[in-house]
Amino acid sequence: MASADPKRVLTGSHYLDGDHACTEGALSAGCDFVGGYPITPSTEVVERFAARVPKVGGTFIQMEDEIASITAVLGAVWGGAKAMTVTSGPGFSLMMENIGLGAMLETPCVVVNVQRGGPSTGLPTMVGQSDIMQARWGSHGDYEIIALAPQSPQEAYYLTIDAFNLSEQYRVPVMVMLDECIGHMTERVVIPEASEIEITPRRMTDAAVGEYLPYKVGADMIPAMAHAGDGHRYHVTGLTHDERGYPVMSAECHDGLVRRLCDKIRDNADEIVRLEEDGVDGCEVAVICYGITSRVTRAAIDGARANGVKVGCIRLLTIWPFCETRIRELAPEVKAFVVPEINYGQLSLEVERCAAGQAKVTLVPHMGGNVHDPADIQRAIEEAAR
Amino acid sequence: MTGTTHLEHPQAHLLRTDRFPHIWCPTCGIGTVLKCFIDAVDKAELDYDRMAIVSGIGCTGRVAGYVKLDSYHTTHGRAIPFATGLKLANRDLKVVVFSGDGDLSAIGGNHLIHAARRNMDITVVCVNNFIYGMTGGQAAPTTPSPANTSTTPHGAYEPPFSLPSLLEACGAVYIARWTSLHVRRLTKSLTEALLKPGFSFVEAVAPCSTLYARRNRLGTGFDLMKFYHDHSCIEHDAETAKLAIDYQKTIKVGRFLDIERPTWHQLNDRQHLDTLGDDYYRAAEAKAAQQEEVDHVEA
Repeated sequence: MASADPKRVLTGSHYLDGDHACTEGALSAGCDFVGGYPITPSTEVVERFAARVPKVGGTFIQMEDEIASITAVLGAVWGGAKAMTVTSGPGFSLMMENIGLGAMLETPCVVVNVQRGGPSTGLPTMVGQSDIMQARWGSHGDYEIIALAPQSPQEAYYLTIDAFNLSEQYRVPVMVMLDECIGHMTERVVIPEASEIEITPRRMTDAAVGEYLPYKVGADMIPAMAHAGDGHRYHVTGLTHDERGYPVMSAECHDGLVRRLCDKIRDNADEIVRLEEDGVDGCEVAVICYGITSRVTRAAIDGARANGVKVGCIRLLTIWPFCETRIRELAPEVKAFVVPEINYGQLSLEVERCAAGQAKVTLVPHMGGNVHDPADIQRAIEEAAR
Repeated sequence: MTGTTHLEHPQAHLLRTDRFPHIWCPTCGIGTVLKCFIDAVDKAELDYDRMAIVSGIGCTGRVAGYVKLDSYHTTHGRAIPFATGLKLANRDLKVVVFSGDGDLSAIGGNHLIHAARRNMDITVVCVNNFIYGMTGGQAAPTTPSPANTSTTPHGAYEPPFSLPSLLEACGAVYIARWTSLHVRRLTKSLTEALLKPGFSFVEAVAPCSTLYARRNRLGTGFDLMKFYHDHSCIEHDAETAKLAIDYQKTIKVGRFLDIERPTWHQLNDRQHLDTLGDDYYRAAEAKAAQQEEVDHVEA
């Protein structure tokens, strides 16, 4: 572990919205390249980066569209940068093919999605949590990514740093799934001293020139990288490839590659997943929530507890990989899971899958535009406890 | 067999010969253009370790896979933004995009025009065979009317792009076109393009005898070379608005444009130095570069 570069870290106590806090997190993490395209409600992230980066070192470029933005990010990473792109629903959709390339080339990078109401142009200026499944499944083929969900500007700062660190550790695109509420909510954000911020360095190869194999892995399944210009003169391709990075069109090679791309995340899921639990032991009903909805849920939980319901709360800081182990553990012990989300049922499907019929799963849907009425969540908790 | 001599490929220093045989058909023009490109890299005396080559998808999209440089085979149409990222992360790299007409000008058209507008310091080599080869011979934005393709079985009728005209309008600083018959001249233009700061573009018209020529009964590979020989007309500095390639008509070739315009990096440095002064993290380098320009003009 290294620590952050002091000239990039705005140490102190600030009053920032979630978008700006996310930018500061990226700068603290060492991000020195952003390719972006304007889209509400995410634009403030790149605006702040464009203003700040020429003073601390790095490049911002406004690309011609979101496809170019994510692809420039991938190129920049292979050129030696730590890179991020930032968008919202429609732009996230446009990025999907090259997020797949990022997963296939095992390119460490960060994609921030400040979610708004969808589908299509939907509610450009209003909150949504309806890109949860797209974050996991949006590109074609089998692969895994990591996705984090902050619940405050302060957490937007920290989880953006974590996103960069996880992307380097597992060589995978990591998504920061903000939402419009958190993005535009202004609160106190405390930025620590640079020396207190841990930075995961890139896994660079130490192979001699002529001996580097871009996708040779050891037991941890994660290959070491080389940048353009390092002298290795390597090849990488979005085609199915062997450890040399050369295309190999065989079922055997494909089997090994796809398993590794998925298993390097799946096998480390318990290591990656971060949850915050409150009163889960011995509860009858467990609420599963994330992002802005977790803040609304607090009022509902307080209300239900005041009415005598034994309700616990699991807040997901990591959405993907899903906290499968924990849900499977709890399913035989609780009556029900209650899942409030600003969509018509996305993560609730994962809870159902892992509960596997052992506990009831109640979705509390809310289509977006604003947050839930806590009374709706409380009612769902109390009904589930009956 | 006895007495077989294994000769090394004359361009083995820049080819991944361990990947041979390559995928291209007999009489395809891509290999010839690649041969010219490798000669150009050597003529330009570029440092192999400080180069990167990026391709999209398609027959020409496979070029990156055969070149022994840091090489990136990306997604369809997106070689240019990937190359832009490489160049922005490391401005000391010589970054080349090598791809086909469909990849660059159809699905990648937006990136092509914007990279030229920005004068991003990359070289784009476009092999134009008037057709989508990899997918079986469909019409491209470069297909002349009324050529027969698998998606224009009754003849193409949309007006094609003239790539030199498009790119001059967008802001490219170097534009040339040759056919794969013009090996010596194509090599010279590729050398000039590689040495040119800013967005340089070389269009190489090349035969696809398997699909384009067969569907249009244009003959064998030899016939296609003979056609280039008989129907190419060298016209350096030609007005790019008059360079459209009509079906089986004259192909105007030459070096059409070679002008000076500040690159993206120069503009980026200047603007930030002007507004931020010493707060700009590259202030020292940007000032030195400006002084160098002044000295150059005075000299």
